[in-house]
Amino acid sequence: MSKATQAIVDLLADEFSDIEFAPAPLVECKNKEREQLCVRVPPDRLLEVMRFLHDDERCCFGQLSDLTCVDYLDFPNARDRFGVTYTLVSITLGHRLWVKCFVNDPDPEVPSVTCVWKGADWPEREVYDLFGIRFTGHPDLRRIMTWEGFEAHPLRKDYPLHGRGEREDFKVVTREDA
Amino acid sequence: MTTVPETARQTGPATYVSEAPGSDVWVLNLGPQHPATHTTLRHVLELDGERILSCTVHIGYLHSGFEKLGEHLNYNQYVVVTDRMNYVSPMANNIAWHHACEKLFDIEITPRCKVIRTIIAELSRIQDHLLSTGCTGLDLGAFTAFMYPFNAREGIYDLFEEVCGHRFTTSYTRVGGLMRDITADWPAKVRRYIQEDLPPAIDDLERLLTRNRIFVERTKGIGYVSHDDAINWGLTGPLARASGVRRDLRKDEPYLCYEDNWDGNGSSGVDFKVPIARSGDCYARYQIRIAEMRESAKMVLQLVDNIPEGSVNVLPDDKKTLPDKDEIHFSIEGLIHHFEQIMTNRGFTPPIGEVYGSNETANGELGFYLVSDGGKNPYRARCRPPSLINYQCFAELVVGHQISDVIPVLGSMNIIAGELDR
Amino acid sequence: MGLGIAGASFQASKEDFLTTRLDYVVDVIRKHGVNWTRKNSLWPFPFATACCGIELMATGASRYDIARFGAEAMRFTPRQCDLVICAGRVAIKMLPVLQRLYLQMAEPKWVISMGACASTGGVFDTYAVVQGIDQFLPVDVYVPGCPPRPETLLEGVMAIQRIVENDGVRSSEERGRGMRLAVQPTVRVGLGEREESKS
Repeated sequence: MSKATQAIVDLLADEFSDIEFAPAPLVECKNKEREQLCVRVPPDRLLEVMRFLHDDERCCFGQLSDLTCVDYLDFPNARDRFGVTYTLVSITLGHRLWVKCFVNDPDPEVPSVTCVWKGADWPEREVYDLFGIRFTGHPDLRRIMTWEGFEAHPLRKDYPLHGRGEREDFKVVTREDA
Repeated sequence: MTTVPETARQTGPATYVSEAPGSDVWVLNLGPQHPATHTTLRHVLELDGERILSCTVHIGYLHSGFEKLGEHLNYNQYVVVTDRMNYVSPMANNIAWHHACEKLFDIEITPRCKVIRTIIAELSRIQDHLLSTGCTGLDLGAFTAFMYPFNAREGIYDLFEEVCGHRFTTSYTRVGGLMRDITADWPAKVRRYIQEDLPPAIDDLERLLTRNRIFVERTKGIGYVSHDDAINWGLTGPLARASGVRRDLRKDEPYLCYEDNWDGNGSSGVDFKVPIARSGDCYARYQIRIAEMRESAKMVLQLVDNIPEGSVNVLPDDKKTLPDKDEIHFSIEGLIHHFEQIMTNRGFTPPIGEVYGSNETANGELGFYLVSDGGKNPYRARCRPPSLINYQCFAELVVGHQISDVIPVLGSMNIIAGELDR
Repeated sequence: MGLGIAGASFQASKEDFLTTRLDYVVDVIRKHGVNWTRKNSLWPFPFATACCGIELMATGASRYDIARFGAEAMRFTPRQCDLVICAGRVAIKMLPVLQRLYLQMAEPKWVISMGACASTGGVFDTYAVVQGIDQFLPVDVYVPGCPPRPETLLEGVMAIQRIVENDGVRSSEERGRGMRLAVQPTVRVGLGEREESKS
């Protein structure tokens, strides 16, 4: 990993010595400078760490670029099921960091980071909608992509691609009705 | 100006109608089918006369399960689906997707491929901005301002059709290269388009809108986003640059021909400027788009005369890309290689891991977060859509404005529902 | 059905003669008057959701001018339109909206299902996309393509024009009753023999 991101890892390790960050590249590359660094944070410490990353001027992660989730149900050697992944960008210092927070069924819950970055609003709603992870402290957590009344969480691995018959369940309008 | 009672604001998720006695708040539903909503966006506005008190945005009317589909299609098949995301500049999505895939596979594409992809990325940016400014004009009633850019876009469609066979949903890139090489006279056609057809079109558009009193009055001062808010909301692209945020992935995290030494021989990256504005309103975003179009045209001219020779696909010895159709039809090795890639028990063998690859498209940072478990399909193919992240701030932008200001703000954000809802 | 040429398909009796000829005249007016004007000024309702919407806009733009067919008045309110062009994939969340808008249109109305996604679900065989709007809405013409080229869409519009020409306003026989204009004569006027009868 590049020197800038190594510096951030060291900073985090100093500030939160009790958290096991397990920094690792997302995927191994030939060119070590291009590796993308990822750290793990437990859900109960997430908000603190995120606030630190946002406020501290040595990291200065002013922008949350992406917030997503991966369902590791069928992944080989996965320990936890849901990995909520945050992509942080520092516009002033020009580096990126990926933060993962792992949660499990039943009732997966993660604190919401909307108080740190307003831009986390809809991505969190989307993760709630498609994966079923609740974000505590979110101002308006409701479904965003799927329709009202839909109860499943489609992007989970146990939900089939073709759905469970929802796409055929409509009233038919014929020429006579019109 | 009447004082707005506190209870008139939106109180929670689904309760928009105010309960305060004596308040005269009216709820209006704008969309999801409305000419100015750029297809399927829906706003529920609480109005005090013409003034907007609160706005609740509902999206998802085009949610098609792209990300779920990504788990069932392999890295070359999914490019077909990426066309349909930001459908006004489909080539840019193809390039972004394969940029992320090549990052995962750790492949370096050939210089010729980089140049062609860069030219095409810039043409897509021009295409997107032409439509965006044209539709902003259309929504505000300037029908001619819609017709002129559309005519210019037809020129770009012709160029894309020559290169890959389809005007629109192009699916041109592949892992490690392109679907096929460009024709011999394509660079000349691009040069002719950029030098002869495009500048008059942009000039016509500017003549219609830039100093048009009606357009200026409807867009200046409307939908202001401050610099810090733009960063905090996660805005990227012309939206952020209009507020003074100095961020462009082509300069900050360069890729393709934007970075120096892109051909391994020390060539410098493409020379271009990034327009930044300070006023943060709709008019600034329009001006940035026009300026970006002109810069893109200059970039294409720098590249189109110097396309390096060589193969457009990474050498097939790597066995990661499909061979040329000529080899498949006329040599047995090519045929075997093709089968090996296509057959279900072989094919792509990416490393196990995750990657995030992003490009600067016309709307902002388009990123793909790929998770691979070593199989031929991605385990998770997440798209980071600029439209979704940009659109979040809309509700805050229109509060306090009048109802007719919803339209220019929406137009200036260039929300593409295919990318928004996926 | 269609153009009722007097005496073409049945033995005209003297009592029927006047009524039939009037029906013939009415059918000519219908086909070459009313339906002709209808087909040459179809007002499309562009229900454009996705990529096909951009090709629909390109069809309305200057190169593939849809105004040649009289259909450039794309009104976005269903009350003023007669041709729904459903361009793009219809998600489950959007289908009730489409149905409600279809019901709000006034008769006569026709539906073009433009593109593969509207016709069959297209590339998107997923949980969220309706696999063909014709399951839930009556469709007249399917325009294939992903997205269809503007020329293909214009071919679809021309097919609608043929439908409108023949079936737009249906002939009186089809509707099961005579045109109210056809007056039952009290005095039979015929060519040849006359027969007086009391009405």
